[in-house]
Amino acid sequence: MAVHKEDTSHCYVQFGRMALPNQYFAGRVGSRFIIALRDEHKILGVRCDKCKKVFVPPREYCERCMSRLDDNWVELSNEGVITNFTIVRYNDKHLPRKAPYVLALIKLDGADTPFAHIVEGIDPSKVTVGMRVKAVFAKETTNTILDIDHFEPL
Amino acid sequence: MKRVAICAVAQHKNESDIWYKRFQGMLLDILEEIQTKTGMDFSEQRGVRSVVSCSDDVFDARTISDNGVTDVLGAHYREEEKIAQEGLNAVGYAMSIILSGHEDLVYLAGHCKESQPESRNMCTNLGYDPFYGRPIGLDFTNVAALQAREYMHKSGIGDEHLADVVVRARQWASRNPYANATELVEKGEVMASPMLCDPIRRLHAYPVSDGAVGMLLASEERAREFTDTPVWITGFANCMDSYFLGDRDLSSNFALKKAAANAFRRAGIKDPKKAIDLVEIMDAYAYQQPMWLEGLGLCDEGQGARFIEENGPATYNVNLSGGMLAGNPIMLGGLYRAAEAVLQLKREAGEHQAADVKRALAHGTTGGAGQFHTVLVLEI
Repeated sequence: MAVHKEDTSHCYVQFGRMALPNQYFAGRVGSRFIIALRDEHKILGVRCDKCKKVFVPPREYCERCMSRLDDNWVELSNEGVITNFTIVRYNDKHLPRKAPYVLALIKLDGADTPFAHIVEGIDPSKVTVGMRVKAVFAKETTNTILDIDHFEPL
Repeated sequence: MKRVAICAVAQHKNESDIWYKRFQGMLLDILEEIQTKTGMDFSEQRGVRSVVSCSDDVFDARTISDNGVTDVLGAHYREEEKIAQEGLNAVGYAMSIILSGHEDLVYLAGHCKESQPESRNMCTNLGYDPFYGRPIGLDFTNVAALQAREYMHKSGIGDEHLADVVVRARQWASRNPYANATELVEKGEVMASPMLCDPIRRLHAYPVSDGAVGMLLASEERAREFTDTPVWITGFANCMDSYFLGDRDLSSNFALKKAAANAFRRAGIKDPKKAIDLVEIMDAYAYQQPMWLEGLGLCDEGQGARFIEENGPATYNVNLSGGMLAGNPIMLGGLYRAAEAVLQLKREAGEHQAADVKRALAHGTTGGAGQFHTVLVLEI
């Protein structure tokens, strides 16, 4: 396509604010996880006996061997280890914290898969892979993984 | 075996904010260029009767995003299907329509304006589930940063290597009339650029970009009606990795290796290092260039650092367009790569033309941190 300078006089731009209140069912497996987290401050995973793996977040089937997992719940520790992290240094409306903050993958004791969460209570530049952390539960529920407010170093 | 050709491609110039032109207008310019190049029309008898579009509802801020563009794609009164996926997959879809024997001509066009939403990261945050991913603020930038840390550790890549990748990308982009970020940068400038999301610096990330791409695909029987230099699709494959980040080995290139193996098998390629003359890969962030090259087998496993030190990207003609680092909208990163590979094979790449390109590879990816990869092998 030929590249040329456009005439931009008499051009009008409309601004939108697309928003649609809606609902999401967490599913039966997701509901059990969220309710245990919210009401009992328990973090649950599911175990695949065939693959010998404990998954968190939980899911109904193992995607590797297709075994049904939703009758094989495991209670995980509130403590675990940072397996990976980044320091988010930009601000945006979808982000849960003001920059800079630490986004980490955390593998709880008893789980085989890490999951993403926030790490606080430490200077971001001091965070390392291998650091032990524990869950700090939120005072108010959101019925999401943010019922754990954040993780902090042990 | 039936063969499918890409007869012609058209690219809209990538810019960071084409606010003064609707994407419909961008697509019309693209269509008219394809028609000028090929003489293609939409007649019932010999013209295009099947159109494949590619767009994303969230970026377009409307549902059925193809609905807003079908008239300027020539899609009214004939078949039209939308790919809501990275656009290289639209090439595979168009190919399938022709291979099935249903149609012998397909017009394909994709558009995306990353400038329309207030933030592209807000769009990609919606790619995550509402319970475990979205509340934590996952988006394609911060998830890429997690992958960058893991991959850089595995392959010995440091800040200097990433700066080399960006400096070279800008050098090539400056020769590409369709590229967005064409200003030359120096290594020190890249290394001093502020951290965006450790270890990704601002200059390691592709700029916000608006663009559109069109292509005409034809069966072997009809391709030469539209071009003297048809480019043949000889291999296409894609592969999807697990959804949850923690389920994936982020530095393993699992999905890309599978996609590449399948595309190479279909193209009859045994050793990609010997068989491929030019590569266009979708490197949205600098670390992804060596990482995806490892996944494609052009760089040895875990040897990304050495590969860059030994000028591997020059040896394999990697991203002579400037690549994704020079800026394409995320929905079209792979589709722009394919368009560039086609130009190279047709010897129409102008100032960034490589010598003796007989077989080229185009790569696309989507899903945070390369969850999903697509590989296309093209030959002249």
